[in-house]
Amino acid sequence: MKKLNLALALGLAAAITLPALAQAREVTFTTELKEYRGDGAYMALYLTDANGQYAGTLWIAGEKSKYYKHLRGWARGSGQRRSEYDGLSGASVGSGRSLTLTLDLADELFDAGYEVRVDTAVEDRRDNRYDVVAPLTTEGAGKPVSGRGYVQSFRYAF
Amino acid sequence: MLRQFHSLPGLIAALFVIVLSVTGAILSLNPALERAGSVVVPATGQISVAELAGKVAEHYPGVNQIERTPLGTLIVYYTRDGQMGADRVDPRTGQSIAAYEPSSFSAWVKNLHRSLLLDMPGRAVAGIMALAMVVLAISGALLLAARLGGWRQLLRPVRGTLIQRLHIELGRAAMLGLLLSGLTASYLSATTFGLAPEGVAAEPEFPMEVSGGPPAAVDTLSALKATDLNDLRELVYPYPNDPTDMYSLSTDQGAGYIDQASGEWLSYQPHDATHRLYEFIYMLHTGEGLWWLGVILGLASLTVPVMAVTGPIIWWKRQQSKPKLAANSGPNAADSIILVGSEGNTTWGFARTLHDSLARKGHRVHTAPMNQLASGYRGAKRLFILTATYGDGDAPASASRFLARLEKMSNTPDLPVAVLGFGDRQFPRFCGFAKEVEAALAAKGWPQLLPLDTINQQSPQAFTRWGDAVSKAISTELTLIHTPTRPHTTTLKLGERVDYGADVQAPTAVLRFRAPENGSQPSLLNRLLGRTGLPPFEAGDLVGILPPDSHVPRFYSLASASKDGTLEICVRHHPGGLCSSFLHALPVGGTIEAFIQPNPDFRPAAGKAPVVLIGAGTGIGPLIGFIRHNKAHRSMHLYWGGRSPQSDFLYEPELNTYMEDKRLTELNAVFSRVSDSAYVQDKISVDAVQLRRLIEKGAQILVCGGRDMAASVMAAMDEVIAPLGMDVATLKAQGRYREDVY
Repeated sequence: MKKLNLALALGLAAAITLPALAQAREVTFTTELKEYRGDGAYMALYLTDANGQYAGTLWIAGEKSKYYKHLRGWARGSGQRRSEYDGLSGASVGSGRSLTLTLDLADELFDAGYEVRVDTAVEDRRDNRYDVVAPLTTEGAGKPVSGRGYVQSFRYAF
Repeated sequence: MLRQFHSLPGLIAALFVIVLSVTGAILSLNPALERAGSVVVPATGQISVAELAGKVAEHYPGVNQIERTPLGTLIVYYTRDGQMGADRVDPRTGQSIAAYEPSSFSAWVKNLHRSLLLDMPGRAVAGIMALAMVVLAISGALLLAARLGGWRQLLRPVRGTLIQRLHIELGRAAMLGLLLSGLTASYLSATTFGLAPEGVAAEPEFPMEVSGGPPAAVDTLSALKATDLNDLRELVYPYPNDPTDMYSLSTDQGAGYIDQASGEWLSYQPHDATHRLYEFIYMLHTGEGLWWLGVILGLASLTVPVMAVTGPIIWWKRQQSKPKLAANSGPNAADSIILVGSEGNTTWGFARTLHDSLARKGHRVHTAPMNQLASGYRGAKRLFILTATYGDGDAPASASRFLARLEKMSNTPDLPVAVLGFGDRQFPRFCGFAKEVEAALAAKGWPQLLPLDTINQQSPQAFTRWGDAVSKAISTELTLIHTPTRPHTTTLKLGERVDYGADVQAPTAVLRFRAPENGSQPSLLNRLLGRTGLPPFEAGDLVGILPPDSHVPRFYSLASASKDGTLEICVRHHPGGLCSSFLHALPVGGTIEAFIQPNPDFRPAAGKAPVVLIGAGTGIGPLIGFIRHNKAHRSMHLYWGGRSPQSDFLYEPELNTYMEDKRLTELNAVFSRVSDSAYVQDKISVDAVQLRRLIEKGAQILVCGGRDMAASVMAAMDEVIAPLGMDVATLKAQGRYREDVY
């Protein structure tokens, strides 16, 4: 279980050039993994904009950056630049465990075509680009989204 | 010193290396199992990646990724109806063979192997253990070479107790494999911690622009057409319906991105040389891509648990045998100095016997390792040097610096010296170091107390004789009674005796002892386990018997094994002999105090090669034991000499039975007090042709009897085998000629 409080707004603001950051809200992301019976999963949680372009990193689970290239969607969007995930990474998540993140997100990111995407990878098993794709909307809060790969379910709440 | 380099890491690492080696052995099977499974590897140049991708597309419209393992298994990752799956496929058809599910057991074993399930701290421990393995393999090899007398002798048979032989034989067989495993593991571990470069896996430039045209069929892409299937590692497809996405391809040579419309490389980066080295070492360690090496390394690592158990046992026994000296005087206060050269501590035991004996007579004794030779001993009147020889005439551990120290001494003290060497006559340079020490002392002009004497195979009798000579030289009555293994005696009862030879002035008795009944029936458990109440022994081992009122045991070769339920010896009565008189007078039901001294070298070697047994008189004891237990009916030839067939033909009825039931192939009994008088060595010369044939078949020769007989037999045997270009010394070195001589 991860409990984090990060003011993500600034980092994201730079990435998506929002004009102002008047309001922000605390959002909790919960990602539950299936019992896939393998080693700890590497995960990338990140945002894409209305055009499907990478917009910013929420969190990277997994400590060795040499394996980040297996988080393909994120790696492509972020170019795996350290500045994209500096201070936003932690341990990998074991089979059947869940990851909970609490971040401050700017209000402007909601209902604006942004999506939360989760890429996952496990040693000696397949990589899953877009294991989860969940639109970031006010309405979608609290509604679980099923994953296609190692993710059992994903939801966010505020 | 070298021994400490072996013992210390070994003791610390024992437990960890057991875990690492067992898990390693399990993992080593994976490549071989994969290979034995349904892997089809097409010849190079036969199938291109484009062709394969085309065939895969027919069966898997939702393919996301194709992966090829180093041994050639193809795995297709796909999405079907929103669900993800993975299949093993046939490279020729692209058709599914079976669903692919990596084993979670293997993953667990792998984690245990590389990190003891403790993540980074565990990886650090595993890395240190890998280094320990390298140190153990190298120091073990050096110890073995020293023990056997040089690198060229490395394949010679090893002597020692069962535990020692297990440790050495397994270590010798697995040495190279373990060294390779340890070195490669150390390197891999070093790369994990950034201490060694693993090079850069090709990290191609991420293309910013794609041609943007309509996607072409995968089997038409030129970059994929130009790549052979056997070079493929991984092909990742573009995300469906994303025209800005691209293929990424990684091969044995490098990696890059391919445009999904033009089929051209958008970027490409070859692997660097360091990374190729990393991958090569990774392959050497895991056998992934080299399955047979994996199996060899796996087998080698299976020896580790055995060595990790036998090693500490050997160390413990050596610690146990370290002497605890009572009343050791200082070097300048002592009148008698004892310097000890010992490798395995056995010589210390003899030194302590001498030390105690002198101390009991009121002498002040200083006993120290030879390496502590001082430039002067102020009050000393005599110096004793007791030394073993290590390997091929080298100094043992506690004497390694002795000769250098002696060389540096400027003036020779007026201190008469007696050198006593310990060794094994079966080695070519018997007591080589003791002789070297004696010569070096003589060259320095040291006065001599006694000329050099030698003790073969830790013989307590020879040591007692040397003690008598010392007594005369220093005019002090010493009794040197040394028992290499502290006698922990068992009381045994004479159950049966057969007497021979009274008519030819060679009264000889076959005595069979049993464990005395404790008044109750043996328990069911004991009967099930075959426990007989006797200490464990094999025919050919020695029994030490303490005659009443004596502390000096006499040793007899055993004619039976403990599993036979009796302890059987063959004893000739020597007039005036304390123990033989006692035994010959012993009535049935009388008891003795006895202990076992293992003699593992004197018994038939395992296998089917013929065995030639040679003995005279009571020397038949262990030989009849070997014949009796020859249930496998290997070819056994007995040459035995007595005095008269009517009087001292020991075991005659039994030998005839064994001839009939084929446990004995050939019986050659000769007698010296008959009309055509002959000795056993005469019969050997007569049978030269047949014996040569047996030797050519790999026969082993076991000789038991008196010293003179053994010498005559050896001389006769040398002549017999000379035409083969061999001599007895060669056979001895090969472990094929063994003696039990008294």
